Amino acid sequence: MRISEKISESKERNEGVLVSFIIAGDPDKEDTIEYLYALDESSDIIELGIPFSDPVADGRTIQEGYVRALKNGFKVSDVFDIVKKFRERSDTPIVLMTYYNIVYIRGLEKFLKEAKSVGVDGLIVVDLPVEEGKEYIKCCKNLDLDTIFLIAPNTSRDRIVDIDNSTTGFIYLISLYGTTGVRNTVSNEALELLKRTKDICRNPLFVGFGISNQEQVASLVKAGTDGVVVGSTFVDLIGSGKNKEDVILKLKEKAKELKSALYL
Amino acid sequence: MRKFGEFGGIYVPETLMEPLIELERFYNEIKEDKVFNKELEYYYRYFAGRPTPLYLAKNLTEKIGGAKIYLKREDLVHGGAHKLNNTIAQALLAKKMGKKRIIAETGAGQHGTATVMAGSLFKLKTEIYMGEEDIQRQKMNVFRMELMGGIIHPVNSGSKTLKDAVNEALRDWAANVRDTHYLIGSVIGPHPYPTMIRDFQSIIGRETREAILKDEGCLPDKIVACVGGGSNAIGIFHPFLNDKVELIGVEAGGNGIDTGKHSASLCAGKKGVLHGSLTYLLQDEDGQVTQTSSIAPGLDYPGVGPEHSFLKDEGRVKYTAVDDKKALEAFLILSKEEGIIPALESAHAVAFAIELAKNMDKDEKIVVCLSGRGDKDVDIVKNSIDRGVITI
Repeated sequence: MRISEKISESKERNEGVLVSFIIAGDPDKEDTIEYLYALDESSDIIELGIPFSDPVADGRTIQEGYVRALKNGFKVSDVFDIVKKFRERSDTPIVLMTYYNIVYIRGLEKFLKEAKSVGVDGLIVVDLPVEEGKEYIKCCKNLDLDTIFLIAPNTSRDRIVDIDNSTTGFIYLISLYGTTGVRNTVSNEALELLKRTKDICRNPLFVGFGISNQEQVASLVKAGTDGVVVGSTFVDLIGSGKNKEDVILKLKEKAKELKSALYL
Repeated sequence: MRKFGEFGGIYVPETLMEPLIELERFYNEIKEDKVFNKELEYYYRYFAGRPTPLYLAKNLTEKIGGAKIYLKREDLVHGGAHKLNNTIAQALLAKKMGKKRIIAETGAGQHGTATVMAGSLFKLKTEIYMGEEDIQRQKMNVFRMELMGGIIHPVNSGSKTLKDAVNEALRDWAANVRDTHYLIGSVIGPHPYPTMIRDFQSIIGRETREAILKDEGCLPDKIVACVGGGSNAIGIFHPFLNDKVELIGVEAGGNGIDTGKHSASLCAGKKGVLHGSLTYLLQDEDGQVTQTSSIAPGLDYPGVGPEHSFLKDEGRVKYTAVDDKKALEAFLILSKEEGIIPALESAHAVAFAIELAKNMDKDEKIVVCLSGRGDKDVDIVKNSIDRGVITI
């Protein structure tokens, strides 16, 4: 519920929603918590990625972040600790982004209950299409967790309807053919996809993949997006920052800059 | 029909869903199509060199002194392995779908080579993803691919081996789905690949059946095949699933199952999701996929075809493992006794068949799928001899 409320509030204030993504445990558990607080200043929703050894939907930047976390001994239980800690000081909605094997091996219900108990609001399971997600959807519904699904430029009309019906919170529109990672401009696919889904979907539409600057955000807002998801650019700042203080400063600046392009 | 019991399925990012649905639809249309099958038959015969012989390994049989050992000679297929059965069929299908480009992953380079052969045959632009480690280990295959016009992309992410090459190929496919077909090399991946590739590889079993009935007037007692992803195994097993024939899949035991350094997903893995399907998988308690090990590059993969997982749980096929040393010994025995150098992958099946044959009667018959030839492996074997792991 917290996600939908947040989106409604933003709408009332005539603002687009900024979803900021970083990776749990990159480079370690303690730093992640501080980075989350840094992003929290200008972000409306936090998306926290769970490192996975074989992230096929992600480009190089996020893959490298996963490798950093795993090399430093990341355990899936850390993600729950991080959220719990974050919740001590913030009510900002949190979405977990993960690959299905991480959920499956822990046990679907067990994973979701743990997530709920620490204060997670919704999930994106990037390699679980609605066709395979029936149990998951049911389980999330029972626990009042939002199920966020993705729509790609080539998703058919019939499947867009199915996906919309299975989604709560918001729909994640994949802006291009390919994987996550910074691009400088907005693709035509993104604009076309927004146009195509706007009339079909009842859920709010957020665009992600490749977004890193104000110009892109502004043109997506103009095209009617309800929000944007930004990931690789933050992960890049974490990977290339000189030290923790430097990273915190840059994350704050970047989130603020992107959010300012979302005021309508 | 997208699953084998609970195994298989389509666990992929959204961008790949529509191409997979399209592939499923197209394959279902074309698989009964007379023209397609006629063309395929033509290329199997005149390009690949099928049918391959079912050869009675007389010297080996006499030396062991038990059951008759037959070899299904997939090592004689053009390119040196059963891989071409699948690549010709998929490349022809890609052509008919109007795709201009095919991509593939390869570990040792056998599937890459077979894909480039098929790509060259059908004039499709062919690009191969191969781990940097594997490129170093398999220089001859890299050059073979280049000679036939293939473009090689080194993969330096993750463990820099086969599973990472699959990851990279999937990423390429997501970016280029409109004009590209991803030509998976084993019965792994999301639906419809495991079913489609099993159908293409089933020619191995159909030919085996025909040949043994002709030679012996009855079906074999046992069939043994090695299992990495498991395409040669499912290919020879499938036409016998409803018969009274014992089927045995042999996984790579590496240094030994108890050392943790092996590739035996069915013998020692847990259920999980990798590369689009639910199957037995080598992973840690958090679901992170673990490093595998085998002397046979083609078996060095943490997952396995989902239909094998199903057949294991059903109890229809028995799965076991043979370690590196036993496989090397079988490599030497077959080379010396029969004048046939087997691929190290196939040598795993040979090793287990030898053990089985010892305890069987002389009128019993055992068929081994000799999935590939071993020229590619002579450096590895020589190195093992030089290090004293085995002696000639």
